[in-house]
Amino acid sequence: MSTAEDVVTEAPAIEAVPKRAMTLGTGTSVVVLLLLLAVPLFAKNFIIFQLTQLLYLGLAVLALNILTGGSGQFSLGQSAFYAVGAYVTAVMMEAFNINYVLCLPIAGVLCFGFGFLFGQPALRLSGVYLALATFALATAMPQLLKLNFLEHWTGGVQGLVVTKPDAPFGLPMSQDMWLYYFTLAIVLAIYIFSVNLLRSRSGRAFMAIRDNEIAASAMGVNVALYKTLAFGVSAGITGVAGGLSAIAVQFVAPDSFTITLSIQLFLGMVVGGVGWLPGSIVGAAFIIFVPNIAEGISKGLSGAVFGVLLFFVIYLVPHGARQVAIMGQQLVGRLKKN
Amino acid sequence: MTAVRFQVAAVLAAFALCTAMGSPAPALAQKKYDSGASDTEIKIGNIMPYSGPASAYAAIGKAEEAYFNKINAEGGIGGRKIKFISYDDGYSPPKTVEQARKLVESDGVLLIFGSLGTSTNGAIRKYMNEKKVPQLFVASGASKWNDPKQYPWTMGWQPSYASEARIYAKYIMKEKPDGKIGVLYQNDDFGKDYLKGLKDGLGPKASMIVLEDGYDTSEPAIDEHVVKLKAAGADVFISITTPKFSAQAIKKAAEIGWHPVHIISNVSTSVSGVLEPAGLEISQGILSASYTKDGSDPQWNADDGMKKFYNFIAQYDPKANKLDAAVVFGYAAAQTMVKVLQMCGDDLTRDNVMKQAASLKDFEPDTLLPGIKINTTADNFAPIEQLQMMRFKGKKWEPFGDIISSELGH
Repeated sequence: MSTAEDVVTEAPAIEAVPKRAMTLGTGTSVVVLLLLLAVPLFAKNFIIFQLTQLLYLGLAVLALNILTGGSGQFSLGQSAFYAVGAYVTAVMMEAFNINYVLCLPIAGVLCFGFGFLFGQPALRLSGVYLALATFALATAMPQLLKLNFLEHWTGGVQGLVVTKPDAPFGLPMSQDMWLYYFTLAIVLAIYIFSVNLLRSRSGRAFMAIRDNEIAASAMGVNVALYKTLAFGVSAGITGVAGGLSAIAVQFVAPDSFTITLSIQLFLGMVVGGVGWLPGSIVGAAFIIFVPNIAEGISKGLSGAVFGVLLFFVIYLVPHGARQVAIMGQQLVGRLKKN
Repeated sequence: MTAVRFQVAAVLAAFALCTAMGSPAPALAQKKYDSGASDTEIKIGNIMPYSGPASAYAAIGKAEEAYFNKINAEGGIGGRKIKFISYDDGYSPPKTVEQARKLVESDGVLLIFGSLGTSTNGAIRKYMNEKKVPQLFVASGASKWNDPKQYPWTMGWQPSYASEARIYAKYIMKEKPDGKIGVLYQNDDFGKDYLKGLKDGLGPKASMIVLEDGYDTSEPAIDEHVVKLKAAGADVFISITTPKFSAQAIKKAAEIGWHPVHIISNVSTSVSGVLEPAGLEISQGILSASYTKDGSDPQWNADDGMKKFYNFIAQYDPKANKLDAAVVFGYAAAQTMVKVLQMCGDDLTRDNVMKQAASLKDFEPDTLLPGIKINTTADNFAPIEQLQMMRFKGKKWEPFGDIISSELGH
């Protein structure tokens, strides 16, 4: 059996999502945006901090969504890109005194390069094998960060403390609130970029590869280039998310970026709906808040409670938040008819 | 005599009059509270890895919770019940930050007590000091918790790795002043903290070290390093290793017929986890140091402190394993916390909590070795600085010699 046949007979791992179904309608978008803008004005600093977490983790889930939902490639290595982004930002801010606003694009570009290069060997792998290769990357990363010759900058096992930026221009808001709006602006910009990317020629190429690689290449899509490109874009966005996390948490250490993080992001993507970009925020909310709820129910069995809750989600709404959104839409439609 | 009595009576009468007239209570008896403390309650926060790679340590948090339950059942502290709020961080620093903020900003605890881990506590140290909330009795052996000048709101509890190493230095200088020391150390914060302590302890005699050899935890075996140390002519072998590597080193040394004075770090003294796998016979005579009583050792059966401990386990924490060193640890740490709160009296402000925590004097928790005393001052935030040497004999560790202080120059 040739490789071509092999690929053709393989069942599609990811359901084909039409590109229109990947985003929210205009009305809903405006409502969500207004909510995101207004909530911090009425919330305590701790809640604002949690919302900031929600935003940057949502961004990391979105990055994975572009890779998996868009181009059909699996990755369990997102925590590695996230770590690189966080460390690059932290080291530049602390060791070289570079402004945090400049650190983020640099972190993004570096991670793009890193992801693009990693995408090269990953080309030869697909499905579970690709997942395994990226898994290796995620397991290796915390150890690499502890390496001796990097310790001068990374602080080794002890990690690195990052100074939280104040609101600029004397704006009368707390550090947490400023950071929230700063994160929100970046996340929105990247979200709009991602939506447009998936609607563009490149986005169509990603989806063609996802749906059928051979057909895509027959239509003249440069499969190798677009697959690595998807990896690069995803890694770049993840890097920015990592950088934001370093600023918000004010600390980076190798223990922060273990394989658990990759698995959480993967989980967030599935719960939010693979290939549905707005679902990324819902997925991020799931991975931040549900463990806390589970802990509230039973401390000793928090893992088991979390598992049960996750099981219910997958069983009742296998397509995640996207399915809930569609159901809601249909309900509204029916009400309008009556 | 009568005159004195009359005076006392007059004062009493005046006082009674004051109270009766409903004037404000005198300044002396004024109660002062910060967030988390009230007439009926003291809220204490805690963060533990109940899930994740370090979840074995969660036994510490459970023992502490049980100890506070015991205090509450006995009437609390000055009539105030302790509310112990303990969250899970899965040993992940970003989660520790989230949980610490939740404890301080949402639950409004008076202080955070006994949180576990070096990088997890490192992640919240700056935050706690900015917020001026006590981060007391950090459960980690790093020496960086003793830094009252830069971080006046953070305090450790257990002896640091560096103090333990200084104690070995003292022992060697006394017992084997012409020894040649070979050091095998793990190449990370733990190993380096330790090595530094050893050199500080040796002081001008640091030249006794003939070879220091680091290994990385990613190495599958450390046989080569042991051979190298023997070849360097060392007759004192200090093995700054974590359990898996300690066992390997013990085995390899026996294999190549090397019989130095062998010292292993306190983290690797588990009989079932290190010495049994390495071989009990070849482990005889190995030295280490300790500061807690061993719950599995029958020599403590008649000890008052341990009797209290065993009763506590039976009554308040029956599911706990009394052989687990983590339970012994949690009990003693919680006891120290209660002691500090008692010393605070009615002034339960964060300022006063730190002030009292920094003025512990000769306090002896039930489960620490006899003679080991907790002392702190405004410029010494390292509560336990003493240990006792012990030797492995038969199937258990036997403490010997005096309690040694790790302070330099004593």
